Amino acid sequence: MKKQGSHSNPAPVLPALPEPLKDLKIKYTKIFINNEWHDSISGKKFEVFNPANEEKICEVAEGDKADIDKAVKAARKAFELGSPWRTMDASERGRLLNKLADLVERDRLTLATMEAIDGGKLFSTAYLMDLGACIKTIRYCAGWADKIHGRTVPMDGNFFTFTRHEPVGVCGQIIPWNFPLVMFIWKIAPALCCGNTVVVKPAEQTPLSALYMGSLIKEAGFPPGVVNIVPGFGPTAGAAISHHMDIDKVSFTGSTEVGKLIKEAAGKTNLKRVTLELGGKSPNIIFADADLDEAVEFAHVGLFYHQGQCCIAGSRIFVEEPIYDEFVRRSIERAKKYTLGDPLSPGVQQGPQIDKEQFQKILDLIESGKKEGAKLECGGGPWGNKGYFIQPTVFSNVTDDMRIAKEEIFGPVQQIMKFKTIDEVIKRANNTTYGLAAAVFTKDIDKALTFAAALQAGTVWVNCYSALSAQCPFGGFKMSGNGRELGEYGLQEYTEVKTVTIKIPQKNS
Amino acid sequence: MGWAYDRCPKPCPAVPRLPVSPLSLDLKFKTDLLTSFQIFINNEWHDAVSKKTFPTINPATGEVICQVAEGDKADVDKAVKAARAAFQLGSPWRRMDASHRGKLLNRLADLIERDRAYLAALETLDNGKPYSIAYLVDLDMVVKCLRYFAGWSDKFHGKTIPLDGDFFCYTRHEPVGVCGQIIPWNFPLLMQAWKLGPALATGNVVVMKVAEQTPLSALYVANLIKEAGFPPGVVNIIPGYGPTAGAAISAHMDVDKVAFTGSTEVGHLIKKAAAESNLKRVTLELGGKSPNIIMSDADMDWAVDQAHFALFFNQGQCCCAGSRTYVQEDIYNEFVERSVEKAKSRVVGNPFDFKTEQGPQVDEEQFKKILGYINTGKREGAKLLCGGNPAADRGYFVQPTVFGDVQDNMTIAREEIFGPVMQIMKFKTIEEIIERANNSKYGLAAAVFTKDIDKANYVSQALRAGTVWVNCYNVFGAQAPFGGYKASGNGRELGEYGLEAYLEVKNVTIKIPQKNS
Repeated sequence: MKKQGSHSNPAPVLPALPEPLKDLKIKYTKIFINNEWHDSISGKKFEVFNPANEEKICEVAEGDKADIDKAVKAARKAFELGSPWRTMDASERGRLLNKLADLVERDRLTLATMEAIDGGKLFSTAYLMDLGACIKTIRYCAGWADKIHGRTVPMDGNFFTFTRHEPVGVCGQIIPWNFPLVMFIWKIAPALCCGNTVVVKPAEQTPLSALYMGSLIKEAGFPPGVVNIVPGFGPTAGAAISHHMDIDKVSFTGSTEVGKLIKEAAGKTNLKRVTLELGGKSPNIIFADADLDEAVEFAHVGLFYHQGQCCIAGSRIFVEEPIYDEFVRRSIERAKKYTLGDPLSPGVQQGPQIDKEQFQKILDLIESGKKEGAKLECGGGPWGNKGYFIQPTVFSNVTDDMRIAKEEIFGPVQQIMKFKTIDEVIKRANNTTYGLAAAVFTKDIDKALTFAAALQAGTVWVNCYSALSAQCPFGGFKMSGNGRELGEYGLQEYTEVKTVTIKIPQKNS
Repeated sequence: MGWAYDRCPKPCPAVPRLPVSPLSLDLKFKTDLLTSFQIFINNEWHDAVSKKTFPTINPATGEVICQVAEGDKADVDKAVKAARAAFQLGSPWRRMDASHRGKLLNRLADLIERDRAYLAALETLDNGKPYSIAYLVDLDMVVKCLRYFAGWSDKFHGKTIPLDGDFFCYTRHEPVGVCGQIIPWNFPLLMQAWKLGPALATGNVVVMKVAEQTPLSALYVANLIKEAGFPPGVVNIIPGYGPTAGAAISAHMDVDKVAFTGSTEVGHLIKKAAAESNLKRVTLELGGKSPNIIMSDADMDWAVDQAHFALFFNQGQCCCAGSRTYVQEDIYNEFVERSVEKAKSRVVGNPFDFKTEQGPQVDEEQFKKILGYINTGKREGAKLLCGGNPAADRGYFVQPTVFGDVQDNMTIAREEIFGPVMQIMKFKTIEEIIERANNSKYGLAAAVFTKDIDKANYVSQALRAGTVWVNCYNVFGAQAPFGGYKASGNGRELGEYGLEAYLEVKNVTIKIPQKNS
């Protein structure tokens, strides 16, 4: 058996990496409703910053309740019986999504540059990974559009019964700042392939790529009102969505704290459907029989990818006792290799955190780690004199009761713990309010499958980490969320099942 | 089909403007306009091992278009070897991401869209179908079919299974392997897409034999398959005859599956060959004698229109043709009168003319067979109401023909005519008509026209057919499965069901230390 790395995959390897755009012009800064650009009703705007240098990029219209109302009206109208969107062939919805994917591919460089400037994301990562995932996800959902099958049902009695899988209706979608474009696509693509209309609120930190998508959605030919994008803040625009009496469903990706507010708002108002993709404190379990090189690398990337700002970050690394010291040593070595700097510059491997608030929160958690007795092996402070950069930080001798082992840090801070037995580590891994992801590294098939069953998490990786793809459902157990995104499972969140029963003169099998 | 575009009230993508055909009837054929008339193996063009060629004929004139390489057993062997190599463990095709297979299929659809006018013209030249139909209907459905299956490529899920005991159990849906595909001449490109779409989406490799009457468009598509980036050996296309190349595929010991669309007679031979060789999997889409039942409460205008379309579409050369039109007694006379009127107004002629609704039959053999059936109909006492003769002095044109007072025991009411010949029968009650409609060895399609929901539901349950249309006919879409009951075939094409024919299910069971729910 030959070992097959990703490069031997015959699918075209990643495209060549171009230079980022030199002077990116920001063309779209207003609210997108009915395929048109609007100022906010209040006339207010907010500033958008580049987290690498703390400089203002531009000002964006600040939507709040009044703008959400306007967007919902447009979305509702686009969803009326007999509307172009409702009467469209399902395959045509798929064709429009494929067209959108073509346009994203065409403008890949613009969008990747925007993502890097607005989100502090490495340009290379944005171009190769984020945009690649966006395009594939849109195409994946495009394929589903005319494959969402209802059923005919062998009901008792003289009846003919069938189900229709209908779109839920107007969907509010609130997305985070860590993967602005990918999260935008994860939300709109399944919603649109099922025939819904959407009102999207992008994060106030990173509204630019979503607004640019507004222009591509219009260009692709989606009817007015099908997609509406309202930049703004959570307590105003976000709350208006989750409390809205004419929104049929809300989906949110972000913190567990805000997830609770959203579910509560849905409960208090119209019982709108809720899906939540929230925080995590995902365990990554390394056995002594694992391939150590691979385990160190996956554990490293599983935490440090995108400055640690991933809900799936493997932020509790449990290492089996016999290899603990060696694993820590190699992890420190790996973490020290980083070049920090401007995410647009070639060779830079780590950019800034998203904003000052996150930056300070991470530094505070690092302090708590030191105070509570974890061993700081490297990093531990800010880097540079402008921008929100934090040194890659590794803690060893971490124990389960420390704050850094319990709270989501959302930064480049790796916690390495020690374990002895299988039963012990299963218990410790599951001893958290979260349940988003987990991983185990071992060559032993029995251990691998035992952990695949025992871990309380929506995704379990074996001998890998962060392997996500549009075909696979993703979501959380426990307080990491409700519902699943992507895969065929992801469609369920965007369809209502209607049972139609017709009296017939006589039933025959 | 289902293409009453002028009635389409919805925002379906605007019907593309019909471009001028790049080819014409009087073309003195220039080989430089035609790129491909050899055998396509391993993404390369080959002469037949025997060096033989055969002529392909323009049915509108009876003239030879060009000579095409004639594949037989030796060429099939060569193609199967190439396909087998492309299917080996570790090959580029086997290791390719499923989503990338989808991307290649989408790219193929893009290329066909790019060359749509040329392909439509080629189809008209070789098959005789009106260019406007080839362009607007056939090519549209080809592109949609490929895109539909492109979407499936990364969505045919295996299952994990709660097996009793301490085991972890799952299924893999694996490609069957080397698939022989034998396609007919009535919808050359569309049948090619119906066959390639599901086979390639699921990761199989293909050895396709195209009909000797109509090899040209499929060979042109071979070029596009290469251009799209499918690895060598994944698709191999052999023009040739049934008794030689076709038989070599169905009897081949290293072909894992054969799919055939064509006559019931040949379907029997193929299933027999599979049984006698390696028990290869077989799917068959065969003939029909489909009943179309018009109740007296139906919308008369629409029913006449659709019954006409059901039979005459594609010169009557459709396996699902509504070739037994049953009309309820109280509207029978009016229905017959209007059907004759409609048939008489059908425009027959040069298939490159935009006004033409009906071109020639595909070849002399079919042409003569149809005229023979018409004579039999007259002899057995059916009432010839219009047509009945050749429609031109060159080419294989047949007048749109309508028979009234047809009885169920007449030859024209029992056998597949595959031509522009409509049989209209009378019935009184639902019970009677269900029995008569089902009294056929075929079971491909059926239709009922009625405004009464009880009748519609009752009849659609009672009819023994793979497709039942209610108040419509010939409505096809890549999303809906198609195939026959009884001697009309085995298995289904299109839809999610269509994937099953191209998948083997592998159950994997792994011992584990302890099971937990």
